[in-house]
Amino acid sequence: MTEIVLKQGAEAKLYIGNYNGTICLVKERFVKNYRLPELDKTLSKQRIKAEQKSAKRCKDCGIKAPKIFHADFKERKVYMEYFDKAITVKDYIIEIQKDEEQIKLICQRIGNVVGKMHENNIIHGDLTTSNMLIDKNENDYELIMIDFGLSSYSTSNEDKGVDLYVLERALISTHSNLPQLFDEIIVHYKESYQASDETIKRFEEVRARGRKRTMIG
Amino acid sequence: MVIAIGFEGSANKIGIGIIRDGEVLANVRKTYITPPGSGFLPKETAEHHRNQVLGLIREALDVSKIYPNEIDVVCYTKGPGMAPPLLAVAIVARTIAQLWNKPILGVNHCIGHIEMGRLITGAQNPTVLYVSGGNTQVIAYSNKRYRIFGETIDIAIGNCLDRFARVIKISNDPSPGYNIEQLAKKGKKYYTLPYAVKGMDVSFSGILSEIGRKALPQKATKKRKLDQEDVNELPSHEDLCYSLQETIFAMLVEITERAMAHCGSNEVLIVGGVGCNERLQEMMGIMCEERGAKLFATDERFCIDNGIMIAHAGYEMFRTGTRMKWNDATITQRFRTDEVEINWEVGKV
Ligand SMILES: Nc1ncnc2c1ncn2[C@@H]1O[C@H](COP(=O)(O)OP(=O)(O)O)[C@@H](O)[C@H]1O
Ligand SMILES: [Mg+2]
Repeated sequence: MTEIVLKQGAEAKLYIGNYNGTICLVKERFVKNYRLPELDKTLSKQRIKAEQKSAKRCKDCGIKAPKIFHADFKERKVYMEYFDKAITVKDYIIEIQKDEEQIKLICQRIGNVVGKMHENNIIHGDLTTSNMLIDKNENDYELIMIDFGLSSYSTSNEDKGVDLYVLERALISTHSNLPQLFDEIIVHYKESYQASDETIKRFEEVRARGRKRTMIG
Repeated sequence: MVIAIGFEGSANKIGIGIIRDGEVLANVRKTYITPPGSGFLPKETAEHHRNQVLGLIREALDVSKIYPNEIDVVCYTKGPGMAPPLLAVAIVARTIAQLWNKPILGVNHCIGHIEMGRLITGAQNPTVLYVSGGNTQVIAYSNKRYRIFGETIDIAIGNCLDRFARVIKISNDPSPGYNIEQLAKKGKKYYTLPYAVKGMDVSFSGILSEIGRKALPQKATKKRKLDQEDVNELPSHEDLCYSLQETIFAMLVEITERAMAHCGSNEVLIVGGVGCNERLQEMMGIMCEERGAKLFATDERFCIDNGIMIAHAGYEMFRTGTRMKWNDATITQRFRTDEVEINWEVGKV
């Protein structure tokens, strides 16, 4: 079977493969020759593990994420469920940007899912709209979370606050024409996360640190 | 034809440069160097700059063979930086502009670095890694602004290096970062350090504490029990510098690459004082080669804070119509890269 490369990103190549007879998505992490081989190995292993663990944790608490079939550390490959009809939330937002109702709805979904992740102490580590998928063919779509390579398990408000900060900055740079997204997401984040007040307070501190830094030299 | 003179003094370097339509006529600089184990403090740094500035003006005019009456605009660093040295230099720039009867322009220090880097290397529309004592940012141009895609969420990379140099008390001459680089060249053993990348952001404070603990475990004993590893062998400074550089530079290359993938860019420009580090340039070069991109970097004349970059960014502002009122010719400690509207062309013209 010839390899159909779906996407070649900074870190990994994604292609359609086959795991014990089922069509699946293979995510293969490149060797990075710029960093020390031992560091590269450690990172690649850590990230494959994180991808496996957090996807499972998400599924366990009712968040849609790909099922991980297998992780091959030697070949640096993760075999996972492939959502063949899904598109990224990034593309979806660009498509519906003029439709206020739809924008509100997607923000609600994002807020709810991120809140639920934090409620369950799952830190995504790279919250961007490229790492969220939706299957539009369903009438009432559900958000699918992907790309857990930088994720971790943590109860700390600092980690959750930084997670929100990464999301805010990603939204600003990717969807600069829709400045309302983050605030709208936060409204719904609170709905699904009990201790959200504390986390949001910490997030505001993280943000203030960035603004206050004097940046000498 | 526009001739601009630039004054820079936002940190421990004071520099003056004169540029004529992109041609460097003079670029002179003095650095305030403190003893090993200590950093530069605002008041003393300002005093250093005050003592050096008149001599440097004379030198810049002599080297460039330009007379004050030929100059079109006086540029100075408005921020970001340390207030007392910024102010000391801004006052001189204002006085000179009044004396010579020239217009004045306050320049964003970071924009100075980026524009000088582009001028010297010929990079068109690069993903910029800006790494210095006070800054760590991944920047790309879009729609009239240099936008920040990634940055440090705590301390700057240069600050991390400088503070570690103070922990192990190595010389600040010519710069702590340079001396760490020399030690790192002799390092062999890699000690694992935290690796902190969050999306396109990075964090260095955890790494700094951990490497400090590895360097001086006796200091940490009060708070925390020693690991077996600490007791068995004290790591050499060479190995620690090597491990530190390998870790933090890998983080920088990683977020730069992520930003490139994000923006679909195939050029990288490294600017700022840490940008002269040859190992960082080497690592970035390998990353670029592997993805068919091109790396642009400059040497210490332009990487490290200097006056010519302020003159050049000021020149770009001046020729595209920016003017500043005397009342606005102030300084500011905080001045983000993305606050400045870019009125000149970036990218293919
Ligand atoms: N399970 C999946 N099903 C369908 N598409 C996917 C799946 N996982 C990833 N993708 C697509 O591939 C892209 C890159 O995947 P991702 O895991 O985010 O890797 P990267 O580390 O390169 O960002 C995603 O933005 C998405 O478009
Ligand atoms: Mg991704």
